[in-house]
This record gives sequence, C-alpha cells and structure tokens, in this order.
Amino acid sequence: MVHIKRLQEGGADIISVIGEIDASSSIELDLAIAKSVGEGFKQILVDCSALEYISSAGLGVFMSYIEELKDKNIPMVLFGMKEKVANTFSILGLAELLHITTTKPEAKKLADELSV
Amino acid sequence: MKTKAITRLLFLGSILAWLVLVFSDITVLYSEIRQLPPGVPKWLPSVMLNIFILCLFYYYRYQIEKDESLSFTDLLWKVFATGLIATVVSLVFRLGEFLIGTTRLASHPLFKDLIYQINLALFLSFLLSAYTSWKRLILYQKSKWLIRIWLVFELCLFLALWYDSIQITVSSTASTIIIVIIALLVIVLSANMRWVAYLNFKQKWTSLLLLMLSFFYLGYFLFTVNSISAFINSIDPAFQDFGSHIFNVCLLCFVLVYSIFSFLVILFNLPTSSVFEQKLEEVVNFQRISQSIQTEQNEESVYNILLESSVSAVFADAAWLEIESASNGSKFFTYKITELESQQIRNHLKQHHVKGALDQSSDKTKNLSKYLASLKGSRFRSLIAFPIVVKGETIGTLALLKELPEGFNKEMMRIVSNFANQAGISIENFRLMEQAFQTERYKEELKIAKTVQKSLLPTKLESDPDFEISAFAQSADEVGGDYYDTLRINEHQVALIIADVSGKGTTAAFHMSQMKGIFHSLAQQELEPKEFMARANRALAFCLERGSFISATYFIVDTKIKTIRYSRAGHCPVLYYKASEKKTAYLKDKGTALGMVRSRDYTRLVENNELQYEPGDVMVLYTDGITEAKNKKNEEFDYHRLEAALQEVAEKSSREIEKNIIQRLYEFSGTSLINDDYTSMIIKFR
Repeated sequence: MVHIKRLQEGGADIISVIGEIDASSSIELDLAIAKSVGEGFKQILVDCSALEYISSAGLGVFMSYIEELKDKNIPMVLFGMKEKVANTFSILGLAELLHITTTKPEAKKLADELSV
Repeated sequence: MKTKAITRLLFLGSILAWLVLVFSDITVLYSEIRQLPPGVPKWLPSVMLNIFILCLFYYYRYQIEKDESLSFTDLLWKVFATGLIATVVSLVFRLGEFLIGTTRLASHPLFKDLIYQINLALFLSFLLSAYTSWKRLILYQKSKWLIRIWLVFELCLFLALWYDSIQITVSSTASTIIIVIIALLVIVLSANMRWVAYLNFKQKWTSLLLLMLSFFYLGYFLFTVNSISAFINSIDPAFQDFGSHIFNVCLLCFVLVYSIFSFLVILFNLPTSSVFEQKLEEVVNFQRISQSIQTEQNEESVYNILLESSVSAVFADAAWLEIESASNGSKFFTYKITELESQQIRNHLKQHHVKGALDQSSDKTKNLSKYLASLKGSRFRSLIAFPIVVKGETIGTLALLKELPEGFNKEMMRIVSNFANQAGISIENFRLMEQAFQTERYKEELKIAKTVQKSLLPTKLESDPDFEISAFAQSADEVGGDYYDTLRINEHQVALIIADVSGKGTTAAFHMSQMKGIFHSLAQQELEPKEFMARANRALAFCLERGSFISATYFIVDTKIKTIRYSRAGHCPVLYYKASEKKTAYLKDKGTALGMVRSRDYTRLVENNELQYEPGDVMVLYTDGITEAKNKKNEEFDYHRLEAALQEVAEKSSREIEKNIIQRLYEFSGTSLINDDYTSMIIKFR
C-alpha cells in the first residue's frame, strides 16, 4: 500500500511517497511522475522519507524515467531515504543513475544546479 | 413372472367357477320347473358366483391396481375397453338370439337362463374392472383416514357378498342397514377427486368421453340383465335373481356414483383447466430461465427464453427486449414488432418526458399504457416495462405490449417481474461463470509459465575437484524470475550465474529464458566478467520493456590460479566465508542492473572484481526473496540472519549449508508457506 502526495514548492514538484511500493502500487508512482512531467514542472523532487519498502518494480518506475527526463532536461532528485531503502537502490546500482540526497534543501540545491 | 402366473390362474379360476355356476344354476332351474328334487345343492350357484366374483376381483387387482405405469386416462381407457368387449360379446349373443327368432328354444327358460348368466358375468366383470380403477383414482393421494375408510368399505362389500349367498334371509332391515352404510361410504369416498386436477385440457375431454361411454355400457347391461331376469321370473317365480343381490347393487351404485361424480367434476373443471396449465407452463418457463445457464447456453438464449416466456405468460401481442452493455453495444430482441415501431414508441415516450421504465436507469416496473393513448397510428393500447437487473445495475428493459386497453393485470405484472428477476440472476450467474473460466484459463497459463520457468533451471550443476555446488529454488504460487546456472568454459574455468528478473508472471519467465540464452552463448566466449555484462546489457536493453530489468552476478572460477573473477550487475551482494579467518562478509562493489541503461555508458557502471579462494571458503549466492522474507512481525530475514545461518555451519558441506539456510528461513517466517521465491546457490571450495 502506498500513498502519494504532490506538493508544489518554488517551481518544483515534490512527490511524497508514503508506505510501501510493490508491483501493484508502483502503478500509482508511475502515474504521479507521469502527471508531474505532463504538467510541465521543471524540477521533480521525490520525498522518500516515509518510504518503507520498494520492490524491483518500484525501482523500475524511477529507472524508466531516467532517459525521458534527461531528454526534457528535468532534473529528478530523490531525498530523505531510509537506510534500508537506500540500500536497495545502491545494490541495484541505481544510486549511480539517479540523483539522491539526504535532505530536502540539498535536493533542491542539486536540482537547481542540474537545471542550469 | 410370478404375477403373470397368478393372473392367469385367477382368470382360469373365474372361468371354471362361472362354468360350474351356469351348470348348477341351470340344473336347479330345470329341477324346479319339473318340480323334481334338485341334483345339486341349491346353494351351489350363489357360492360359485361368489367365487367367480372373488377370482375376478383379484384378477383385476393384479391387472390394474399393481400396474404403476397406468395414467389416469389409461385407467379410464381400461374401464372403457373392458366395457366395450363385454358389450360387444353381449350384442353378439343378442344377434344370435335374434337369428334363432321366436322358436321354442328362444323362449325356453333354460336357454334364457344361460343368456342371463352370460350377461351377468360380463356385467360383473365390467363393474369389477371399473371398481378397481376407481379405487386407484380415489387412493391417488391417500391419507391414513382415507385408507381406513376404504378398508371398511371393502369389508362391507365382502360381508354383503356372503350375506347374499347364505340362504337364511335375515330381516329386510338388516340388508337395508348394510345398504345405507355402504351408500354413505360410497358418498364419502366419491369426494376424492384430486386426480382430476392433474389432467390437462385434452385429457379432460378424453376422460369425459370415456366416462360417457361407460355410462352407456352400464345402462345397457342394467337393462339387459333386468329384462332377462324379469322374463325368466315370469315363467318361474322361484328363479334366483343374482342381479338384485346386495353386493351387486352396491357395486353398481359405487361405480355409477363415482362415475357421475367424476364426470361432473371434470366437466366443471374444464373452464379452469387452462389456468392450471398456464400456471404449470409458468413454472416450466421459470425453470428454463434458471437452468438455461447450466446447459452451456449463452446470454442471448437467456434473453430469448425470457422474451418467449413473458409473452406466453401474459398473452402479449408484441414485446421487445433491449439490453444495454458497455462492451458490446446494445442488443435488441423483438417479438412481433418491428424495430422501427418500437423506436417510434420509445421516441414518443421520450417526447412526453416519461421518466423511468424505458430509461435504462429505471429500476421499477411501470405501466405506461396511459402514455400510449396519445401516440397516433399505433396499434398498441397497453404497455408495461420491466427492468432487468444484474448486480444491482439495470442492464436492460423488457417491454410488453397489447392491443387491448388495460391489458395487463397485477397478476401478470408479478409473473413477468419474476421472470425478469430470474433472468437477471441467470445472467449474473452466467457472467460469474465466465469470469471463473477466465481465471481458470489464466491460472492454466501461469502453470505453463511456471513449468517453463522450472525447466529453465539446470538439473545438474558443474562439479570440480576444487569445489562443490548445491542450489535450491523454491517458488511461490506465482511465477518468479529467479535464475541460476553453471557452465564449464574449459578444463580449469567454470562460469556461474545468478540472476533475478524484475516482475513476475509469464513475462518474467520469458525474460529468464532470454537470460539463459545470453549466458549460454556469451559464457563460452571466455569473456571477462565486465565484458560479459556489457554485452548482456546491450542484448537485453532493447528486449526488455520499459521499467523491467535483470539483476545478475556473473562469476568465472579459475581452478588453475585459484581465483574468482566476477562482475555484479545490481544483484544482491555475494556472501563470502573466509575459512582462514572464520569470518563471513558481503562483498561490496559497484554495479548497475542489466537493461536499465541503453547507452554504451553502461561499461562505466559495472566493474571487474577478483579474489583468491582457499580450501574451505564458501560463497553464497542468493536472490532478494531470501533477505526480504518476512515474519509475522513484518520484520525481514535480512542480511545478518543469512550471515548467521552460514556462520553456524560454514565448516560443513555445501548441502548442509543449504539445508541450514532453508531451515533458518522457515523457522523465521514461521510458516511453511512461501510468499516469494527463495533461490540460492552455494559454492564450497576444497
């Protein structure tokens, strides 16, 4: 079960992911990111502080946007991950591909840098 | 066989008794006319008559009463047939008499007596067959009391039979009392007419006809027997008139009264029989609707049956059935009305803003007749509409039309409403069944995928004097995407792989087979692990759909220089036990899963790693199903528990290690049910 909230802050779309993302709930995450991109936000920040678990399908969602966001020049930064979740990202080698920071200001800063 | 023999014996008995009766009676009569002492006892004829009657009684009992296959009309037909034969035989004798003319023989009392006896025997056999048939009709729906009354009645008749043959004539009051009792019983018994209700219209007419003919026979025999006995009596007053015996009178009364009752009851039931038949048809139609699903029919046939049944139940002149479905568009079934005509009616109602009924949203039955009056040029004057509801949702409407004004009464509305409800239930059941079939098919496909997936795993693993390998894979109900394999590259090099395909189900199995193909083709080329990954990624990047990836770790064990070279692509870190230090550790290194990055940059994201192995070292390869296995408290098995499970038995064989890991895993999860895929490959060096 996952609960996804979206909040706009200083031109960035902040997507808060609360709960667990498995194969079935990954669709919601996919939808949220697709919406955010569709609505033309220039920065996407994903708040993972309340994310308890993410399955490979959930990781697949983030992964599937990497190239699209690169092409559109929209930086996506994930922040506030719990250790266990961060571990999942790093094992799969996604840490190399995604932008991950520990806090929100850092994330915002990174996004700003990437936007230029 | 036994009953057949008994019937024949009884028939023979009755004929013998009758012959003796005729002979003795003629002898008695002759001696009386001649004023001579009789050569045979005077009581013999009447006793013989009784025996004749009893034999016939039992004969019919076996013939008619025990035959279960006879229907009501069959029974009446039997009575009629017996009557017909008896009458024809009697008429033949009459013809003979007529041909002889008015000779002395014809008017001789002895000859007349013979004719009398023949007619009497025929009459009695007819009466007895009718008696047995009536008995069956009366006792069709028996109660305890009815059976008792019948027994009393039969007993009375039996007494009357013997009372007649005993020559001592008790006072006439006694016989009157017997007759009154029997008459009362006859009336009580004759009230049992339940069988009439089960006859349909045609059967009722047949029964009336048969009964009418039976009346004719009764009348004919009564006349014949009485006239002959009166004639003989006029010559010889001492003549024994068996026809006036109490038993015979009672029997005649019973047969006659019940026949009259039946006749009248059937006659008065004629007008209502169509109603009964209608009701019966409704029940049958109702069953047809509810059973239409079980006989592998489709929704369409349910609609057709509904339309047919409703029309016949209320005698509608026309009807239509409109079914709205999102997927297939709307379906239209009509009965004696063109689509154009029904369209006109619907448009007309729409114009008059009649809410409900023909609207798909309505859930109530509506009588819309009053709105029809304003539609010019329409032949219909009555209209009712019923919704067809499936799972609380109106899926269609049934409209019934009549040319008569006020053509539908409440009863009719109720019946059709029942039909519509039942049709709704049938369709709901039908859809549920369809769903079940679909699920079943899906399950079947999954089963196949699972078999495919299982068959992709190696049945035999490489072995070497330098190491032993054991592996296990257990999967949940779903099809997982865990893969492991081994391949000997050359004498001193063996390639190992463990991989996990993201996602589950049939696609996972397909991707797994791709991975297997890649492993078997690339491993033979003696590539460096990093190069292996780079090429595998290139091959997979365009095969996997968006969001799918494969995590894998590829090893080359070189027994010549005792090294393990490996490259990890997003797979769970290897658990390694170093025997010299008696320590376990996860090998931390860099590597991104296969299929995530399409560009050639991928080579940057994986690396070559190398380590030296020594005898006693253990390498545990596994998938995340193991580390993510959960217990009841929703805790994960995690890396440290896996590490501990290895540490406990690290000195033992690879099989022992495998066993221990599985055992610890099950102990932890607390159930024997698997909710994920557990896959592991253990390499023990020696």
